[in-house]
Amino acid sequence: MLKSFRIGGIHPKENKLSAGMAIQPISVPAQVVIPLSQHIGAPCQPVVKKGDKVKVGTLIGKSVGFVSAQIHSSVSGTVLKIDKAMDASGYKRDAVFIKVEEDEWEEQIDRSGQLISDCSLTPKEILEKIAAAGIVGMGGATFPTHVKLTPPPGMKAEVLIINGVECEPYLTSDHQLMMEKSEEILVGITLVMKALNVQRAIIGIENNKKDAVALFTKKVKAFPGIEVQALKVQYPQGGEKQLIDALTGRQVASGALPISVGAVVQNVGTLFAIYEAVQKNKPLVERVVTVTGKEVERPCNLRTRIGTPLTTLIDAAGGLPESTGKVISGGPMMGKALASVDVPVTKGTSGILVVPTLEAKRKAMKDCIRCGKCVQVCPMGLNPTLLMNLTEYEVWDRAEKNAITDCIECGSCSYTCPADRPLLDYIRLGKSKVNGIIRARKN
Amino acid sequence: MEQKLIVSPSPHVHSGDTIPKNMYAVLIALIPAFLVAIYTFRLDALLITALSVLFCVGFEYLIVRFVMKKEPSILDGSAIITGVLLAFNVPSGLPLWILALGALFAIGVVKLSFGGLGNNIFNPAIAGRIFLLISFPAQMTSWPATAMAVETTDAVSSATVLALLKQAPDTLPALQQMFLGLEPGSLGEMSAAALLLGLIYMLWKKVITWHIPLTILATVALFTGILYLIDPLPQYNPLIHLFSGGLMLGAIFMATDYVTSPLTKKGMIIYGVGIGFVTVAIRLWGAYPEGISFAILLMNAFTPLINTYTTPKRFGEAVKHG
Repeated sequence: MLKSFRIGGIHPKENKLSAGMAIQPISVPAQVVIPLSQHIGAPCQPVVKKGDKVKVGTLIGKSVGFVSAQIHSSVSGTVLKIDKAMDASGYKRDAVFIKVEEDEWEEQIDRSGQLISDCSLTPKEILEKIAAAGIVGMGGATFPTHVKLTPPPGMKAEVLIINGVECEPYLTSDHQLMMEKSEEILVGITLVMKALNVQRAIIGIENNKKDAVALFTKKVKAFPGIEVQALKVQYPQGGEKQLIDALTGRQVASGALPISVGAVVQNVGTLFAIYEAVQKNKPLVERVVTVTGKEVERPCNLRTRIGTPLTTLIDAAGGLPESTGKVISGGPMMGKALASVDVPVTKGTSGILVVPTLEAKRKAMKDCIRCGKCVQVCPMGLNPTLLMNLTEYEVWDRAEKNAITDCIECGSCSYTCPADRPLLDYIRLGKSKVNGIIRARKN
Repeated sequence: MEQKLIVSPSPHVHSGDTIPKNMYAVLIALIPAFLVAIYTFRLDALLITALSVLFCVGFEYLIVRFVMKKEPSILDGSAIITGVLLAFNVPSGLPLWILALGALFAIGVVKLSFGGLGNNIFNPAIAGRIFLLISFPAQMTSWPATAMAVETTDAVSSATVLALLKQAPDTLPALQQMFLGLEPGSLGEMSAAALLLGLIYMLWKKVITWHIPLTILATVALFTGILYLIDPLPQYNPLIHLFSGGLMLGAIFMATDYVTSPLTKKGMIIYGVGIGFVTVAIRLWGAYPEGISFAILLMNAFTPLINTYTTPKRFGEAVKHG
């Protein structure tokens, strides 16, 4: 039997329309807009000014504070301005506008396709290179990777978990990357194992990607300590706590970090970026983005520079269909609906999903019939309908007692509700309220 | 291009599950029992069921429209279910004005006065049945003979298995008869086999989980089974208890009503054990031969309390290292 997490879960229609589409590089646009905040944590300080010449890989944003990640230019050209620009969140934030001229790269970057497996760096040097390259979690969470790879004092990692699950419907960028860059990813894994000083790594892949499971099962034979595990197709298999549960049988306690059970989780896309950073001196300036949707002409997987306008990617897939009602950055379960497609690709953009108007509208909510289906599917073992009511009536102490802050916002509850109740909307609101109350209490 | 995009929080997809889908699945699950009822009581079964549905849906429409002044949503199927279940809980010869009164009470008082679907505390059909049983005890316990009995013996009325258990345990019919539903009783409660078929359908369609029906049946079997081991009298025979009266109908279709049953698995088990226990207690030591409806009504009242004190098993609660 395939492994899986033990509580709740759903199986939405997979709709992997772009599966098997080779990763296509798209041409560099005339201008890029690179936001200075592309990660969880403090925004970067710009280190370039109007008129400066930059190359691909030139540092343009310096991280301030521990939880932050450097930002590099993804193109060569001239800095036009540093100004506010709307990003996928819908807010206007500081960004560097660069006019593209030629395609010159910083000299230290190795652009050859040659695989480099050996690494003589110390764990500390590996971490430094990862930090210098501005790598963040590329599954969408965008947490700075060097921070995640630095366990808090007294904690020791025992196992590295590699997330090749891609449980979001529609998205195929990780799948395709696994198929095309398996060896680079495996070398990336050995680098992280070295940095963390762990002897064991497990790659978890959902069983709807049988080709990737087979490929990695074959390839890991050359890499001692790395295992492959096929997982049941069940959402949210790629949730950090769920994946650790599925692969190791260990459950991270409420409020605790994965490291508390000795696990560190990294996404396959992040591992590829780590490989490129450490072995090729290449900062995070490119990523693979799935452009997809039922009415999109050519669903595809594109390799694109950070800062490229989403419109350029959508055009490469055949343009925005007439029927478009909603455009989502990310997958349909946890992605963000965009107010405008005039925003740039950032480090966390895993996909662009175009939804027809007919499917984009929500239905009116009905009274709760207390069927308990939300309770059955919640992968954190919460009671969503109760948490929604407690938020509606602002009963924060009971919401806290019922672990509202454990919610991982996977959306399984709202997905399932036969009465079309916006459970997660309320829970998200309540969670942020309760988190605020908890913070205030500590101060 | 300046197209207005829809912005809403995630998730952006939905399972497509709806309240009517669940309700109609329950109705489909009730078909086998309905067919048995038609086979046993012929046109009477059809008439009572059709009118009960008509009364329930009609009262819901009129009250929501003209008293509550809202848009009626009679097509969600819940009033149809109440109608069918009310019909299944009465004798096939019940005077129609009594049936109408029961429907009015179930829909008007038990369901709509609390705010309609989702807000009622008690199962409307169960409360309707109990209202009728208390108000019209004679009419509610006069059981017409089955069509087969009429054909062979010219009988006009007969006693239920549970009544026989209390009064004349030596004259019980064979277990097989009870299982198939050839013994007298309320319209839709008679055939355990047909009702179990409905249960299997609902479990397969994931309309309900096994927790409530199976804990009720297991509790009844265990409780009577222990007594039977101590003293093997027919009134303690667990198989007779399982296959007679309204136990199957109640455990499978009435106790599992979403609105009036607990949300969590733990809660469902407590609720199921409670119903099983009270049912047996009333059957063995109470004034009425049958106790399932009272048991469900009582545990309906406990449901909010059970919901407050049972939480689902939280992730990371029992941290296992493997």
